[in-house]
Amino acid sequence: MIKLMKGNEALAEAAIRVGADAYFGYPITPQSEVLEYLAREAEQKTGMVVLQAESEVAAINMVYGAAGTGKKVWTSSSSPGVSLMQEGISYIASAELPCLIVNVQRGGPGLGTIQPAQSDYFQSVKGGGHGDYRMIVLAPATVQEMSDFVKLSFELAFKYRNPVMMLTDGALGQMMEKVEFFEQQERETLDLDWTTVGKPPTRSHNFITSLHIKPDKMEEVNIHLQKKYKLIEENEIRYEEIMCEDADYIITAFGLVARICTKAAELAREKGIKVGVFRPISLFPFPYEQIKSHTGKIKGILDVEMNAGQMIEDVKLSVEGKVPVEFHGRMGGIVPTPDEILEALEKYIAGGKL
Amino acid sequence: MSVESLEKIDTKVFERPTTLIDTEMHYCPGCGHGVAHRLIAEVIDELGIVEDTIGVAPVGCSVFAYNYIGVDFSQAAHGRASAVATGIKRVLPEKYVFSYQGDGDLAAIGTGETIHTCNRGENVLIIFINNGIYGMTGGQMAPTTLPSMKSTTSPFGRDTKSMGFPLKITELVAQLPGTYYVTRQSVHKPLNVRRAKKAIQKGFEYQKLNKGTCFIEIVSNCNSGWKMSPVESNKWMDEHMLAYYPLGDIKLPNDTEA
Ligand SMILES: Cc1ncc(C[n+]2csc(CCOP(=O)(O)OP(=O)(O)O)c2C)c(N)n1
Ligand code: SF4
Ligand SMILES: [Mg+2]
Repeated sequence: MIKLMKGNEALAEAAIRVGADAYFGYPITPQSEVLEYLAREAEQKTGMVVLQAESEVAAINMVYGAAGTGKKVWTSSSSPGVSLMQEGISYIASAELPCLIVNVQRGGPGLGTIQPAQSDYFQSVKGGGHGDYRMIVLAPATVQEMSDFVKLSFELAFKYRNPVMMLTDGALGQMMEKVEFFEQQERETLDLDWTTVGKPPTRSHNFITSLHIKPDKMEEVNIHLQKKYKLIEENEIRYEEIMCEDADYIITAFGLVARICTKAAELAREKGIKVGVFRPISLFPFPYEQIKSHTGKIKGILDVEMNAGQMIEDVKLSVEGKVPVEFHGRMGGIVPTPDEILEALEKYIAGGKL
Repeated sequence: MSVESLEKIDTKVFERPTTLIDTEMHYCPGCGHGVAHRLIAEVIDELGIVEDTIGVAPVGCSVFAYNYIGVDFSQAAHGRASAVATGIKRVLPEKYVFSYQGDGDLAAIGTGETIHTCNRGENVLIIFINNGIYGMTGGQMAPTTLPSMKSTTSPFGRDTKSMGFPLKITELVAQLPGTYYVTRQSVHKPLNVRRAKKAIQKGFEYQKLNKGTCFIEIVSNCNSGWKMSPVESNKWMDEHMLAYYPLGDIKLPNDTEA
């Protein structure tokens, strides 16, 4: 089924179709359509629990409780709301609960703006809450991916017993595009041995906790988590390369910005500058090696983001100083244009920086 | 069964409830938490609902409730136990879900979650242990600390002018249409223990009716935090805490016998 839909609505529809059991959320622009769409559609279609919580703090803790029963549970918010969820996310990561958290980013810091931004990269990828934990972070670039990644996120969340964050932005959330949905899936009760669903006589009681008072036990838990993250790094790297084969320059960008950069690369090629685009899709795990593999063939990288330069740190780590990496960013909710990206690239080239 | 007849027929001397795990508790000797745990375990056994009960432990002295009460348990972030209970109950509406929370947890950092859980009338049981202090962190002032009562952060006694008044959150939630049964009990004397047990039993049983939140405050002691012997602390509780937090039912279901 192909539909013309806003990114936020595609998210909600995909969650209904994937057979999600519960959504807990609190309104915030630019993603309130998610809760609105679910409130209209979800209960009649699949019986998904849809609850408007009193805050994002309550919402993420409802997710914690419900996810502990092995159900498919999710929430969505935008930057300030996701900041409020950080303690809960840390608990969820430590207790190894599968769930999906969507951040439809807006500009910050503070109350900021309701316009789109990508300034929560650090928070999402490096761990905005306390402790050594990681979320799997996926960055969609199309409304189609907003839908597809809901399904993928739940698969990964349950495969690794880990929270998955979909890191998107207000532009993609509000943008209308064609989207082809996957078939409606049944809601299902998975047979899992760790859930808190009521203790049958055949097992001792389960408990979900992140408390390990004894240092050696706490370290053991950490070592286990780090092993899992390593496994995720080995198996779940996702990225897209556009016109990179013969490129002299590569633009790195994630999310919707990567599409704008593709347009900029096309404009550059019309002028005879061979530009490609490398789009990390999984931000954790990050495609370090895949970016590095280009360093022998290119003269430099321009990293473009809607922030002051966050992913660029990982791009620099990837290339290990072998090629120069420059930056073009817009902040405060301003979306860069293909022309200004090309202009920035040409300036760096002319100035001998790239 | 009336409370009076219950008081008479209870002749059992001692037996560990199956649901109370046979292990050493970390509570200070004389602390009310252990008694409250035991009552919950007894009720779960007697109602035969071990397989259908999920508990939520708070952050506070009772953080390890899951090591003592042998039902499936979720350990919540500080103050969020009722939100966690909401999450569980919403996806498992046929199960019995209870949270067990201290006064700092429920009436300070978690006030919002407490009020809204009760206001939505979530069909869960909230058991609220009010010992007027932050036991776990070493005796700091709680929202429930009495006027002039000393704590490590009110060393000269709680001055209501600058530190506010003890919060009677139980009376507050009783005002909300979402609550079904609200009562205040204690576990410092045998008679009170029996009454508290009866209240806990009702709190579980009412969940089947789907009529709203059951809220049971248990006024308790914290002999360590109060810097008293267990006996002194119970005496002090009787004289001071119960004067401010009078025992008894605050909201009774009108369609069931009390
Ligand atoms: C977010 C957060 N803030 C503070 C703490 C520290 N802390 C742990 S328990 C506690 C107070 C517990 O008091 P109460 O809820 O009354 O339980 P009691 O120990 O008295 O039974 C505090 C402040 C924490 N663990 N998490
Ligand atoms: S510190 Fe207080 S509440 Fe905690 S176990 Fe000791 S007496 Fe009980
Ligand atoms: Mg206390």
